[in-house]
Amino acid sequence: MAIMNVNPTRMQLSKLKKQLTTAVRGHKMLKDKLDELMRQFLDLIRETRVLREKIEYELSECNSHFVNASAVMSKQALDASLMSQKQQLTIEVDSRNVMSVETPVFSQSTRTSDDGDIFPYGFAFTSFELDDAVMSLQKLVPDLIRLAQIEKSCELMSAEIEKTRRRVNSLEHVMIPRYKDTIKYISMKLEENDRSSRTRLMKVKDMLLDKAHNYSSH
Amino acid sequence: MAKNIAVIGDIESIKGFSAVGIDIYACKSNDDCGHILRKIADSGSYAIIFLTEEIFDSVEKERSRYEEKLTPAIIPIPSVKGNSGTGIKRLSSFVEQAVGSDIIFND
Repeated sequence: MAIMNVNPTRMQLSKLKKQLTTAVRGHKMLKDKLDELMRQFLDLIRETRVLREKIEYELSECNSHFVNASAVMSKQALDASLMSQKQQLTIEVDSRNVMSVETPVFSQSTRTSDDGDIFPYGFAFTSFELDDAVMSLQKLVPDLIRLAQIEKSCELMSAEIEKTRRRVNSLEHVMIPRYKDTIKYISMKLEENDRSSRTRLMKVKDMLLDKAHNYSSH
Repeated sequence: MAKNIAVIGDIESIKGFSAVGIDIYACKSNDDCGHILRKIADSGSYAIIFLTEEIFDSVEKERSRYEEKLTPAIIPIPSVKGNSGTGIKRLSSFVEQAVGSDIIFND
């Protein structure tokens, strides 16, 4: 039995009782938070897994397009075609609060009004493999941004879940039992004091009666 | 706030990204990458930084500084050399951290 180092007084007892109610209420709330976080996290991680597998597959397709392009074009021509950036992707960062975890929300916008305005080169001197490669990459961009958003959310949520679980466990297995034990200890100690002073009083009464009247209450 | 996207990796894997409006940072050695990552992540102008898997594994120390922050999101992508499974391993480590054991990816 682990009890706290406190004086067994009535004041401490009522203080500890208050703390115990707070701890129990906090434990219940944290546990609810943990359950909900876990539910959302598992949904999110399943979605992330599907998306990541899709992206990894499509990115390797993209890479093979680029390899094809570099096979038919000279390295210098390829590099020169891709060198000048025509489009600029910008991301609006917002945040969403999921059970007190701030998770990012990314929304995409481009510099030019036309999303398809991506080819930074003229078509005259480049191969169509390069067009394929750039186009397939362009199609992948929204998914990449979505992946970044949900993977980051997973990362933040898993850290929060771990923290919350530690708190719940420490309340459940350490704090609350300790409060309960201490409360029990104090109330027993108080009862014991009560009994001992009562018997002492009875004894004293007996002695006084005996002395005054040679009379005993028994 | 408007931010950009960056990708760090070997030049062969990332040069295509510049066409679609993503800033590319090519790096040759792994020490280089850590340095570049810190520089562009601390500049605050990037919301998402993609790293190729080889580099992602080599800059663990630098990455850990941004784990708890909202941005930048540092995300591994497969390089031209193929998929090494780093991305999925990372997801499974999240599940392990949250649940205690990997209940999603162990099948």
